[in-house]
Parts: sequence; C-alpha cells; structure tokens
Amino acid sequence: MSLVARKRNVLPGFGPTLGFTLFYLGVIVLLPLSALFLKSAGLGWSQFWKIVTEPRVVASYKLTFGASLIAALINAVFGLMVAWTLVRYRFPGKKVIDALVDLPFALPTAVSGIALTAIYAPNGWIGQYLEPLGIKVAFTPLGITIALIFVGLPFVVRTLQPAIAELEKEHEEAAASLGATRFHAFTRVILPAILPALLTGFAMAFARALGEYGSVVFIAGNMPMKTEITSLLIVTKLEQYDYPGATAIATVMLMASFVLLLTINMLQYWAGHRHQGVA
Amino acid sequence: MSIEVKHISKTFGNFTALHDVSLRVNDGELVALLGPSGSGKTTLLRIIAGLEVADPNPASEILFDDSSVTERPVGQRRVGFVFQHYALFRHMTVFENIAFGLRVRPRALRPSKAEIRDRVHQLLKLVQLENFGGRYPSQLSGGQRQRVALARALAVEPKVLLLDEPFGALDAKVRQGLRDWLRKLHDEIHLTSVLVTHDQEEALEVADRIVVMNQGRIEQDGTPEHVFHQPANPFVMEFLGQVNVFQGRVRRGQALLGEMAIEYPNYEADQEREAMVYMRPHELDIKRSRNGVASLAARVVRVNPAGSVAKVNLRAGDGQNIYVDLPLERLQELQLAHGDEVYVYPKNARVFVPDYVI
Repeated sequence: MSLVARKRNVLPGFGPTLGFTLFYLGVIVLLPLSALFLKSAGLGWSQFWKIVTEPRVVASYKLTFGASLIAALINAVFGLMVAWTLVRYRFPGKKVIDALVDLPFALPTAVSGIALTAIYAPNGWIGQYLEPLGIKVAFTPLGITIALIFVGLPFVVRTLQPAIAELEKEHEEAAASLGATRFHAFTRVILPAILPALLTGFAMAFARALGEYGSVVFIAGNMPMKTEITSLLIVTKLEQYDYPGATAIATVMLMASFVLLLTINMLQYWAGHRHQGVA
Repeated sequence: MSIEVKHISKTFGNFTALHDVSLRVNDGELVALLGPSGSGKTTLLRIIAGLEVADPNPASEILFDDSSVTERPVGQRRVGFVFQHYALFRHMTVFENIAFGLRVRPRALRPSKAEIRDRVHQLLKLVQLENFGGRYPSQLSGGQRQRVALARALAVEPKVLLLDEPFGALDAKVRQGLRDWLRKLHDEIHLTSVLVTHDQEEALEVADRIVVMNQGRIEQDGTPEHVFHQPANPFVMEFLGQVNVFQGRVRRGQALLGEMAIEYPNYEADQEREAMVYMRPHELDIKRSRNGVASLAARVVRVNPAGSVAKVNLRAGDGQNIYVDLPLERLQELQLAHGDEVYVYPKNARVFVPDYVI
C-alpha cells in the first residue's frame, strides 16, 4: 500500500495526451532523424569531418545560412508592414490580398521556382530591365534570396496578424496622451508588445528557408562554390549513391538549424516573459 | 486651468453619441460626468482629451483657459488621461511606465536622468507605491495598477486630469478606498479634473459638481446636493439612487395617488392631468394605523434588517412594489412581519407632470 497519494487534477487526460505526444513525435520526427544520425555515424569521425569541411560544402553552408538569414530579416520587416496593413485598415480587396499571402504556402515550390526564374532570367519580364543596369538576379545569390523571401513571407504575416489584432488601442492612446510621437509609440510601446510574435515568424521563415529546395534550385543556377545551396548538395550526393556523404552534410545542417531555432525560441521566451518575472 | 466645450456633437455611423453639448469646468474643480452607458459621457471626455474629434461644426470649440485647443492633437494638450483598464505598458516596470512621458520628450525639453528619477520617486510616494518601482504591472493588484496609471498621467505635469471610469474595474472595497484617496489628492494638488462614472454614489461622494448625462445630452448640472435633492427631471431622479415611482393625477394644487393626496401647488388648474410621483425609500415612513389622507395601504412582503437601515419591501393594493428604508430603531418599534397590513406615509415627494406628447 502506498502512502503517497497521487496528485489528482480536475482536468483529466494528462497521461494519455503526453503519451500520445511523445509517441507521435517519436515516430514522425525523431525516428527518421535518428536514422540519419546512425547512417552518418557509420562513417567514423575523420571521414565525417573531411566530408563536412570540404570547401564546396562549406561554401554551400555560407550561402544557405546567409541567404536564409537575409531573407528572414527582410520578411520580418516587410511582413510586419503587410500584417499591419491587413489588420489595421479597411480597404476594398482586403480579403483577396489576405488570401494572396497564403499562396506561397500552397504553391508547389517547383512552380514558384520556375515562375521566379522566368521573371528574373536575363530575358525575363523584370530581368531584361535589370540586365542593362548590371543587376543580375537569376543564377546569383540575390536570386536565391528572392526565392527564399517568397516562400517565407506567409510565416511572418500569419504569426503577426493575431498579435497585432490583440494590441489594445488604449496603449497607443496612452502613449499619445503622454506626448509620445508616433515613432516613439511604435518603437517603445507597439514593437515590444509584438516582439515575441515577430521573433516566432522570423524563426519560422528562417527555418523554412534553410530547408528550402524546390523554389531555389531553378533560380540558383547551381554553380559549385557560387550558387549551390546545401540541400541541393545533399541531393547531388544522393544521385551519386553517396549516402554516407549526404547524411553527414544533412547532420550538420540539422545540428545547426536546431541550435539556431533553440536560440531564437529562448530569445522569444525572454521577450514574452521578462515582464512576468518573480516579485 | 479651466475647460470649456461649446456646441459639441458626435455621431458614430447612425448613432448620435453627443447632441450639441456645451459645458464649462472651472479652474481647480473636480467635475463628474455621470450617466448610464451610451449616454455620451466617455465620448465627451475623449473629445476634451483630443482622443476623439467632434463632428465638424463652425460653432463647436474646445477651450483650455479660454484659448482654443480644438486643432491641437492629444499630445500637445497637456492632459493627463487615466483609462478604465489602466492601459499600463506591460513590458515596462512601474518606474519605466511613470517615466515614459518624460523620456519621450524632445531632447531639448527632456529632464536629465537624475531629474527623471527624482520626479518618479516623488510620484511613487504620492501614490503610496514607493517600493514598487521595479515591479511589472502584472505583479500589481488592480488598485495599485490604477494608482500607477494616475502617477504616469501626472508625471508630465498636465494642466487637466481626465479620468475615464477609473475605478470601474475594481471591487467595491478597493473602489471606496481609491475614491477617498482621489478626493484627498485633489484637495492637495487642485488640478482641474473631469471624472467619468456610471456610479452615482461615486459621483456624489467625490465630485464638486455633477453633470448628469443621458442619450448624448446634459440632463442636469449642479452640486451633488443640488442634483440629489432637486433633480431637474424624472431621469435624474431615477438615476441618482433607488426610487418609488407612482402613476397619479394632478388637479387643483394636489397630486392624487389612489386614496393618497399630496400637496402640489405648481398645478392649480381644474383640468386633471397625468403625473408621476417619485419618492425615495428613505423618504417614506410606515405606520400601523391610518391617520389622515396622505397614506397608502400596503402589505409587508419582506423585511431585511441587514444594513445601516432596514430595507422593507411592501406591496400596495394594486400590486405595485414599494421600497422603504427604515431606521433600525423604527423597525424595532414597529415589529413588522411578513403579511402585516400597514400604511405608508411620504415625508417628501416629487411630482413631475409629463409634457403633452401628441
């Protein structure tokens, strides 16, 4: 007989739901990931290190992380503006524009990749005007960044919309009545309030960009050392039946992404909870 | 600083929130705008603050100390505005909240860091929250939050203080405490203040003057004593406290309520007219026996002695409910019980003859 009474909760279901969550995450997320680790572990450390530090691979890391970061930052700024406009103002066609935001979600990435390439290629709609100015978009890192901005936009807009809608008008009125300019009201009152959502949107857009493949491969041109993203490199290795090599690079990507996302999550937690610190 | 608004109207779509309202608040006065929800009192306050713009009308004007501020935006009117739900900045500490108005000033007008710190500490002392500067709003009770909101509004040294239902979201006991404290504060700093409330008790207790509003119009404007004892019309009478309303008739200087007759010298004509007779519960007395004509037979329904006065609920012969507040000693004398037949005597009554409506 146990003397320790089990703590009872009026809301039932903690056991089964936690069990299901762990099982589900295990089967759907962790199982394939651990297979990845196992496969690359077969390589041995020195072999692994040699593959993942090959100059061509390192160049692809730099490109992938750099372009993804820039794309996510640009999305954070302009996505905020789009979300703000969609929440705060009423104008004809608002619903249509709101629906348009989701298109990059729904569109097969290859379709968007081909469309972007067609537009930005030297003889494309926009590319033909940029070419004489000396701006090359297609088959350059700039083109890759544009493709990543395209696929990442909905993440920022959709996470920010509810946060902006929840902002209380009174806070802005209070700031105004205390003599704050619109700029001060935005930077000191509005921005801190939506910062957690902005960080979440940024993190999601960034994560999506890191793993993006379809929309990038067409516009990138895929020149080794110049416009070759990491996910393409992995596919290339697979096509050459170099499974250990592919998994080794994938493992590095996975670790890096995990660390970055964890950092952003912690930042976001801090932004959301610092004002609820203990008394 | 005095406040004057002239001919202010405001419509929201089809809804008229304010209907050609004019009002003057003298320097150093604490005026309460009192009315039910939808009466336009908050809209009027927000228009004074500059948070809302009145309908365009060449005659409408807002004056602070007799100079027009109609075109000035809220940030330049030097008003302290206190919101019903505090509107404290959640990500800032109490200190930062209060300092906000000083820190966002243009560099040339901004006090030094030390000055800001001194000013904030002074204000924290004023609102009795000296040791709470480092806390976040979420760590404070409702009453404390509202005091922080007040300190924040006062930090910018406003010329007028505007309070929008400041105690509306608080529980009764805290509300009473803050009410007394606000009155004391006002007596100390003498800042021209306008308080919006739907709580007549609050208005009667705190304000120097009460402006009773209904459906976008001012019904009555006067001292608490005046509006309570000499209500201008049935609306004010009914809004300021509980009241018994009787349907009656007037003729030849008398108001008749069934068998009861009340003096009413304002109407001497022979022709009989409909009238409404209003009596507050404390203006009625109960007797065991009939004596004279000014009484109404009723049956005791419920006696509730839990309070500073006993609340007695009676029912007249025609089924009308009558509420009487009796002093507890009087209740002791009468020994009322459920079902007793008694007589109700008005000590005071007000008669309103409705205008002819065709």
